[in-house]
Amino acid sequence: MDNNTVDASKATILLMGLRRGGKSSICKVVFHNMQPLDTLYLESTTSPTQEHFSTLIDLAVMELPGQLNYFEPNYESEQLFKSVGALVYVIDSQDEYLNALTNLAMIIEYAKNVNPYLNIEVLIHKVDGLTEDFKMDIQRDIMQRIGDELLDLGIEGIQLSFYLTSIFDHSIYEAFSRIVQKLIPELPFLENMLDNLVQHSKLEKCFLLDINSKIYVSTDSSPVDIQTYEVCAEFVDVTIDLQDLYKGKLQNSNNKDGTDMKSVSVLNNGVVIYLKQMIRGLALVTLMRPDDTDIEARLTVMDYNVDIFKRGLEKIWEKSKLISNSQDNDDNKDNCEHVAPMTNGNASATY
Amino acid sequence: MSSNNRKKLLLMGRSGSGKSSMRSIIFSNYSAFDTRRLGATIDVEHSHLRFLGNMTLNLWDCGGQDVFMENYFTQQKDHIFQMVQVLIHVFDVESKDVLKDVDIFTRALKQLKKYSPDAKIFVLVHKMDLVQLDKRTELFDIMMRKLKQASAEYGFNDLVGFPTSIWDESLYKAWSQIVCSLIPNMNTYNNNLKRLKELMDAKEIVLFEKTTFLVISSSNTASGELLDPKRFEKISNIMKNFKHSTTKLKSSFNTLVLSDLIYVTELSTNMMCFIVLNNNTYPKEFVLQNLHQAQTYFQ
Repeated sequence: MDNNTVDASKATILLMGLRRGGKSSICKVVFHNMQPLDTLYLESTTSPTQEHFSTLIDLAVMELPGQLNYFEPNYESEQLFKSVGALVYVIDSQDEYLNALTNLAMIIEYAKNVNPYLNIEVLIHKVDGLTEDFKMDIQRDIMQRIGDELLDLGIEGIQLSFYLTSIFDHSIYEAFSRIVQKLIPELPFLENMLDNLVQHSKLEKCFLLDINSKIYVSTDSSPVDIQTYEVCAEFVDVTIDLQDLYKGKLQNSNNKDGTDMKSVSVLNNGVVIYLKQMIRGLALVTLMRPDDTDIEARLTVMDYNVDIFKRGLEKIWEKSKLISNSQDNDDNKDNCEHVAPMTNGNASATY
Repeated sequence: MSSNNRKKLLLMGRSGSGKSSMRSIIFSNYSAFDTRRLGATIDVEHSHLRFLGNMTLNLWDCGGQDVFMENYFTQQKDHIFQMVQVLIHVFDVESKDVLKDVDIFTRALKQLKKYSPDAKIFVLVHKMDLVQLDKRTELFDIMMRKLKQASAEYGFNDLVGFPTSIWDESLYKAWSQIVCSLIPNMNTYNNNLKRLKELMDAKEIVLFEKTTFLVISSSNTASGELLDPKRFEKISNIMKNFKHSTTKLKSSFNTLVLSDLIYVTELSTNMMCFIVLNNNTYPKEFVLQNLHQAQTYFQ
């Protein structure tokens, strides 16, 4: 990992956890569209694997097998932790997790020494088998215990984020969305732009989704309702599937702008789902509820606004390429007038 | 109770052949995985399904264990086999005891001849996914020849068979055709659809039933374009998923427009139509208005 530039390293996610915690399954389900049930047949991972995946930013997901001991002197753990932007630790909630917590505390101690800017994210995984009350109990218990562990090691002032996840519903996508968002330097602009769009087009909610993995790169600043997100993600699937069936036809016809995908669906309760393809494999999916006004007029306004939004996105993307070449993001950050507050439905704690 | 609008469908076959599984997938929105949870059917399970608004399908899912079967043919025979419009007999392709399967089929035919000689017979050779790909047609042909022989003896000459599996789209295809055979004014639909297609300059129009998303009718240009032959069933699947996902917003969907080329919308209270246009130069309002006008022809 020596040849990684500082900037590329910002977008690396390190996936860790004890063996059989579900790391490979997460990887396959989120980034390779594997069916959750098929992950039963995955073999145990034996060597570190790295996968690249490109959305608005280029992302690398590195997976470390659970049985490795990172603290052996011959292992380049220092390099490793220096080069990553986020550490994702997977805890199996259906198993004894005390060992995992000790392990995590040790890793945090080490990693924070090497790289104090590291985001540490804890996935309390496989919660699909637990009841609603029990989930909360386990989360509280884990947060308590990890706090104690860190206290024993004399570490203070560390921000940890906790997510309850399962590969059988959308919670894992939601968690990864939030993790990836923290690694995008342009996030405040995106949120600002989306807020603007929501305000001027009277939208209920909008997401900037990655078409392949369905994680959302950004959303407006109103709270995220998981159901809304699920519907939007599934709408992307529907659009792509139908598009694929008639692919030849769509290309032959005199489609105005070739690759651009757009779909609109009106529901019986007046909700309109609107999808438009953006740059770099992203799609904008929005929900609106045009109660009293004419739907067609609203959609026309929407088309116009979304075009402007897309141009803005292209500009940001060009800028960020320039900046990443000069390896300096700080100037840009000062330009942002106001940062939309991040709403976080999941727990985070500072120790 | 007018017999015109109420159709009695008998779903028969040996125990474990997959009758309840297919019923749950088609009519109760189960996914193929969910059918694992189903237990054996005890006696007869009745379900009443409204189809195309004015038609009611009375589906009699007859449990296939030998004890029940014996009962159907002796004590309950007049109850079971009276006023049957359609018999759907399911054969397990992997069955160990084919002779017994056929024996039960002929016994059913015998009763049917006595009580409702006008019934249509469909046979589904099920679990086709378990057979090697290259052997499927051969096996299916052998099975059909045997069954046709058996049914001809009882005066049922137009036996229709389908190879099916719950793991692909073949199941939708079979059920679409079974249900279509029950619709009296099929030809009117077909002709109207053809005219609509010409008027709208469309590549393809497909009519679906609203709740089950079974294909009712379709029209396609014979331009020889390479299109997925299983696309109708795939559309059924996709739209069913979408319908499922919109329930999360406590609603069902009304229209879907994709790149101004593909339109999915309601054509009447119980039909959806799926239209692929030749080009996207027509304004959306125009297309939707056209479809709205066309509604009167599809009531």
